[in-house]
Amino acid sequence: MAEQDLAEKHITTCYHCGETCDQQIIANDKSFCCEGCKQVFLLLNEHDLCTYYDLDKTPGMQAKGRFASGRFQYLEDPLVSGKLTRFTDGTQTHVNFHLPQMHCASCIWLLENLHRINPAVISSQVNFQRKEVFIRFNPQEISLRKVVELLAFIGYEPYISLQENEARKAISPNRKYVYRIGVAGFCFGNIMMLSFPEYFSSGNIQEQDLKQVFSYLNLALSLPVLFFGASEFFVSAWKGLRQKWLNIDAPIALAILVAFGRSVYEILSGTGPGYLDSMSGIVFFMLIGRWFQNLTYDSFSFDRDYKSYFPLGVTVIRDDGSEENIPVAKLEKGNRIRVRNEEMIPADAVLMGGDAQVDYSFVSGENQPVEKRKGDLIYAGGKQMGAAIELEVVHPASQSYITQLWNNDIFRQGKNADKSFIHPWSRYFTYVLFSIALAAGIYWQIQDPARVWPVITSVLIVACPCSLLLSATFTYGNMVRIFGRNKLYLKNASVIEMMAKIDTIVFDKTGTLTQHHVPSVQYEGTGLEEREKALIRSVSSQSAHPLSRMIARSLEQEQGPAIPVSQYREFAGQGVEAQVDRSLVRLGSAGFISTGAGLPAPARDTGSHIYVSIDGQLKGNFSIRNEYRPGVAQMASELRADGYQLHLLSGDHDQERRNLQAIFGPESPMQFQQNPQQKLDYIESLQEQGRKVLMMGDGLNDAGALRQSQVGVAVSDNTNLFTPASDAILDGRETRQFGRMLRFARSGKTIVTLSFILSILYNFVGLGFATQGLLSPLVAAILMPASSISIVIFVTLATNWAAKRKGLV
Amino acid sequence: MSVIIILIAFSILIAGGFLLAFLWSVRNGQYEDDYTPSVRMLFDDPPPSKEDLNPSSNHQTNP
Repeated sequence: MAEQDLAEKHITTCYHCGETCDQQIIANDKSFCCEGCKQVFLLLNEHDLCTYYDLDKTPGMQAKGRFASGRFQYLEDPLVSGKLTRFTDGTQTHVNFHLPQMHCASCIWLLENLHRINPAVISSQVNFQRKEVFIRFNPQEISLRKVVELLAFIGYEPYISLQENEARKAISPNRKYVYRIGVAGFCFGNIMMLSFPEYFSSGNIQEQDLKQVFSYLNLALSLPVLFFGASEFFVSAWKGLRQKWLNIDAPIALAILVAFGRSVYEILSGTGPGYLDSMSGIVFFMLIGRWFQNLTYDSFSFDRDYKSYFPLGVTVIRDDGSEENIPVAKLEKGNRIRVRNEEMIPADAVLMGGDAQVDYSFVSGENQPVEKRKGDLIYAGGKQMGAAIELEVVHPASQSYITQLWNNDIFRQGKNADKSFIHPWSRYFTYVLFSIALAAGIYWQIQDPARVWPVITSVLIVACPCSLLLSATFTYGNMVRIFGRNKLYLKNASVIEMMAKIDTIVFDKTGTLTQHHVPSVQYEGTGLEEREKALIRSVSSQSAHPLSRMIARSLEQEQGPAIPVSQYREFAGQGVEAQVDRSLVRLGSAGFISTGAGLPAPARDTGSHIYVSIDGQLKGNFSIRNEYRPGVAQMASELRADGYQLHLLSGDHDQERRNLQAIFGPESPMQFQQNPQQKLDYIESLQEQGRKVLMMGDGLNDAGALRQSQVGVAVSDNTNLFTPASDAILDGRETRQFGRMLRFARSGKTIVTLSFILSILYNFVGLGFATQGLLSPLVAAILMPASSISIVIFVTLATNWAAKRKGLV
Repeated sequence: MSVIIILIAFSILIAGGFLLAFLWSVRNGQYEDDYTPSVRMLFDDPPPSKEDLNPSSNHQTNP
């Protein structure tokens, strides 16, 4: 069996930030990925602040390239610093900074211990939810600029906005609940106290006047509860009604009104004490439940966090001309970036140099590239078609904006539309509930009229449609996050459902199953002169194709600046050509380079061959050895064991057929020398047979096939490449886990079903007790939010456990 | 027995005062951040510096 797995290279990760270390930078027996991280560590070490590393794993932020100290010079200007400071009296200055990088307990600890780094900082207090820090410092010993520089140095550069009218953040929703809970609690407690005589004398109070007084006091106390505390239920139910739909707040609103109305009637007509204690108790407990729910939802937040976004990368040009690849999230205004052919422009930027032909199909659906001139503003989301261009960033990039574009309607055509996860039954839920309440009311009116109203209110409150509304959303939302941690980045949560349904997997070879390293590039043919090497390097560095980049990197030792190219064209799956320094250079497959003169037969080795011709003369070819990604064979056998049908489509020649057949098994069909259109047709033919296909490709020349298949996974080694045609992007290093990821996706369905059953059970039991009159409305009010919280907790724990079971992180 | 009316009236008044105090404290922003204090209380105090550890090191030992 031709096992081509590489031995695992020992990978060290930075002690400070957790990124992999390319270089050997060591201090105090710990490795770091860069000088910056090491400097931060030394600073913390010097001031005895290493608890930072104990509180959370690798809490640091990668510090590359952050110390250009001229950046904060503008803060010396008293006008500017005046705008930022909240208060100053000469001995103390107060300032509030927004630090979006805060993400863990270590961050809080370090930021509140700033005074130990520099005693001129008097104190600092963090508000983690707002990601803000409130710093008091002594302006005579340290300037605002130095404070900001200190923060930037340790990795928490403040986001400074000088806009005058920064809208004050709206009152946090929490506060709204706190007010209402306070008022409702106050009234509830007092109403209960005033109802004691009623309870203890079982309704036989001797002094009628006192009884009246208590009743009216209760009534008065219940008014704030009704109008202030319960307002949100009424508003929400009313909104739903206006849409001609009964939402979950409708039964609650009705229950409160029923209890109040009946009580008013009883008190004013003197027929009874009313149910105001129940009513205010309902409101009080429901409000607490809501508040707690929000808390739970936020902490289990099913929104993506920064780890669930594909770590789109961009090439930044440093002030000294060197290039560096950084994550898009770290792009700042003023950065110079280089965007190559087929790469996406990640942020609004101004064109500084090069021929821009921007394809906005990602954003607007327009396939026709738009030509832009130097000085034009280019919006994020466009793709450059042509030679590399240089841009200056005007507006920082937003991963969520890009993911939003990814989910754009344009790509949904033909695929299952992104459906909401609200079960179709939820529409009927409220109607069913109302009919049950009505039926119970009628029954009890006949049997024992005293029980009618408590029964109706309990029935209306205890039923909870939570699983219908919540379980799918939370399950898949949590799974998106878990996948993100395992480096599979999904477009949206409905991809998971599709992943669970597929039965056939089609693989691309180059770039998907294989990976390429610079050492495996070899040249054979007529010797190349310095100039020719430089020409080839210039042309191949324009392309984002992995093979071109390998060639460019292998020629990097040649000194000299990149020579500008013109009339650059890239032919998907075949090659590239451009005019460089008056010569026409072409790089590509044998078919692409065909010059009429016979080409030497490719050596019978396991390699991809890129032929090169300059000015029409064939020079030779670069052969790039195929190396399979580690774990590919294991992944293939796991998939076969799970019953998937595997196919291989490759644009390369069939050199590797024997090895691949061994990996995939003799029954798996393989097709070689496929062009992008043939790949697309192949997928279509599979689908016509009724199969649900998942395609795994490199995203470059199989965009059509990726889009056509039910699930398209783009395998990426290069964070600069973002493939909107895919539904998911997989980090090349994690390809071996793919079998386990599919198993995990399948388990999602089970979890949703389980939680559904759980909730139905709960509803049956609860309604059973309520209709028999055994459940007091008060207890019902506690059970309802408790049930929805428990469903959320169950679903979250179940997905985390399933992930662990499948061997994912 | 009807004095109870006065008693209740007073107690409601006082309780109302507490309610107002509560509303003021919410308005004052004391309920703004309900997450960070929970983390903050788990932090350790900085370890005592060396001078505090050995107060007797400055004494001369007398035979």
